[in-house]
Amino acid sequence: MNPGEPHVTVQDLTVAYGDTVILRDLTFTINRGDIFIIMGASGGGKSTLLRSMVGLLPPAAGQVLYDGLSLWSMDPEEQSRVLRRFGILYQSGALWSSLTLAENIALPLEQYTTLIPRQIKDLVCLKLSLVGLSGFEDYFPSEISGGMRKRAALARAMALDPDVLFFDEPSAGLDPISAHLLDELILELRDSLRATVVVVTHELASIFAIGNNSVFIDADTRTITAAGDPRTLLTDSRDPKVISFLTRGAGIVDKAQKRTSLDRGARP
Amino acid sequence: MDPAVLAFAQTDPDALAVILSGDWRRANSPPEAGAVEERLANSPQVRRIVLSTENLTGWDSMLLTFLIGVRSLASRNNVTVHEMNLPEGVKRLLALASATRERTLVKPTAPRVPIVERVGESALAFWRSLLETTDFLGHILVALVRLVRGTAAFRRSDLLLVVQQCGAQALPIVSLISVLIGLILAFIAAIQLKLFGAEIYVAGIVGIGMVRALAPIMTAIILAGRTGASFAAQLGTMQVNEEIDALRTLGISPMEFLVLPRMLALFLMMPLLCLYADLMGVLGGLAIGASMLDLTVMQYCTQTRESVQLNDVWVGLVSAAVFGVLVAVSGCMRGMQCGRSAAAVGDATTSAVVTSIVSIVVAMAVITAVCHVLTV
Repeated sequence: MNPGEPHVTVQDLTVAYGDTVILRDLTFTINRGDIFIIMGASGGGKSTLLRSMVGLLPPAAGQVLYDGLSLWSMDPEEQSRVLRRFGILYQSGALWSSLTLAENIALPLEQYTTLIPRQIKDLVCLKLSLVGLSGFEDYFPSEISGGMRKRAALARAMALDPDVLFFDEPSAGLDPISAHLLDELILELRDSLRATVVVVTHELASIFAIGNNSVFIDADTRTITAAGDPRTLLTDSRDPKVISFLTRGAGIVDKAQKRTSLDRGARP
Repeated sequence: MDPAVLAFAQTDPDALAVILSGDWRRANSPPEAGAVEERLANSPQVRRIVLSTENLTGWDSMLLTFLIGVRSLASRNNVTVHEMNLPEGVKRLLALASATRERTLVKPTAPRVPIVERVGESALAFWRSLLETTDFLGHILVALVRLVRGTAAFRRSDLLLVVQQCGAQALPIVSLISVLIGLILAFIAAIQLKLFGAEIYVAGIVGIGMVRALAPIMTAIILAGRTGASFAAQLGTMQVNEEIDALRTLGISPMEFLVLPRMLALFLMMPLLCLYADLMGVLGGLAIGASMLDLTVMQYCTQTRESVQLNDVWVGLVSAAVFGVLVAVSGCMRGMQCGRSAAAVGDATTSAVVTSIVSIVVAMAVITAVCHVLTV
């Protein structure tokens, strides 16, 4: 359980809807404690890859290994046990609209733990206060703003103290300040909870600010064309597509821009 | 995993050492802050709690709730807490949890409302819903006027699609229900009429019953459940996804673009479905007549033709058209009034079916009374 050892391994993964191949031959390793970025242009299959990694979409070929165990070849009971170690933040939050925030977070605790109601209430309060939403227990998702919904969804994702946190476009639909705060929160939680974080995003600011490892999925060849620390990719990559993506289409990395990207990425 | 252990030691008369050790995770069911409070109650002279966590081998949120619990009980009892050597992550999470970024506003709990006020509220709500319905009907009228003038903005392909969905695709269920209704009606009538040796009149009872009342009402109820509910769910989801707002801001009236084709489709298809249900119902009656009552097919048909007047058919068809409009209007209205959540779509669908069925039955009563007065 030490940081730095392989936690999630994806081997020769091919994902297809029917006869249409969305992604082919993906292989990469995510180490414990990484903030791993899956990046690429819109429509490139990033979210599809995430769905395959969290057990929603069976791959056509290949494996997803968690601590060496293959997610798609274990029996359903074991799979459900592994899935419970995940926390997933969906793109639009996906809070259950008929439940209050407190009930949203309490549901996984009620289902999978033997805690008594008072303990669950304490945990719910804790999770909400971690995302800065204490006092909002009795609000319905429709009664709070988009940024707050996203943070409440993060609180729900953390309900069972997951080993791996998945984020699907965490900053989509947030203003720059909220997006920045969410990035800070992700970093903080990774450091203090010692979880592995997988983020699907195409927000350059986030990519450089939080990622320490990444894969770039090319929308045309439907596979990984670059991998590594995004900041290193920016300076060292020879692939024009990767450079174009990381420089918002400018294509050229001039020195000043490189410096600002790195500054923005560097943590105080 | 080592069990989670909570130990106490009295170092000074006024200081209580609280020692946490072992694996403090949920699976180990670690002790709760209540244990500290009990210990504190036994030694009232304690003014300081010294927490030490050097021997912790693992922790998760359970440790955090424990520490928060200790902090709050300490402040309640005027005791200070010294936290020694907390794990780095725990310190940071506790700091994060106590820094509230959002302004804390606790939702006011609903005060108890006296019954008179509640009755008044629901009366006002009823009045408001009447106004909303009238408003909706007014908008439909405006849309209809624009349709007659040929300036309504809707796509013919939409109309044809709805016609197909609520017409042709409803045939199987309409057949099944009306044949069975015809059978049941004939069976009950046969048992009674046999007593008088008047079996032949089964044909008349089934014919008039189906054509005048049962075929239109059963078809309408089937379509309320099948099509009205789907209208409400579809428009409700469009409301949730802001698709209706998108139409409005483009200057396209959702009344014309969404409601008109659905209403027209049901207005046109309901009488046709009703006519079909008439035939199916008579067929069901015929099955009983021919099998149970020794009537020939010819006899049964002649008797049906003699007893069912053309007026009966017209009354049935007109009621069917009216019901069609009612089902479409209820479905679309509830869909358009839908709130912006998944639960609201469910409510809209339920409400659409209830409104349709209530309005169908009320309309049936009115039509029957009017026909009686006009002696149709």
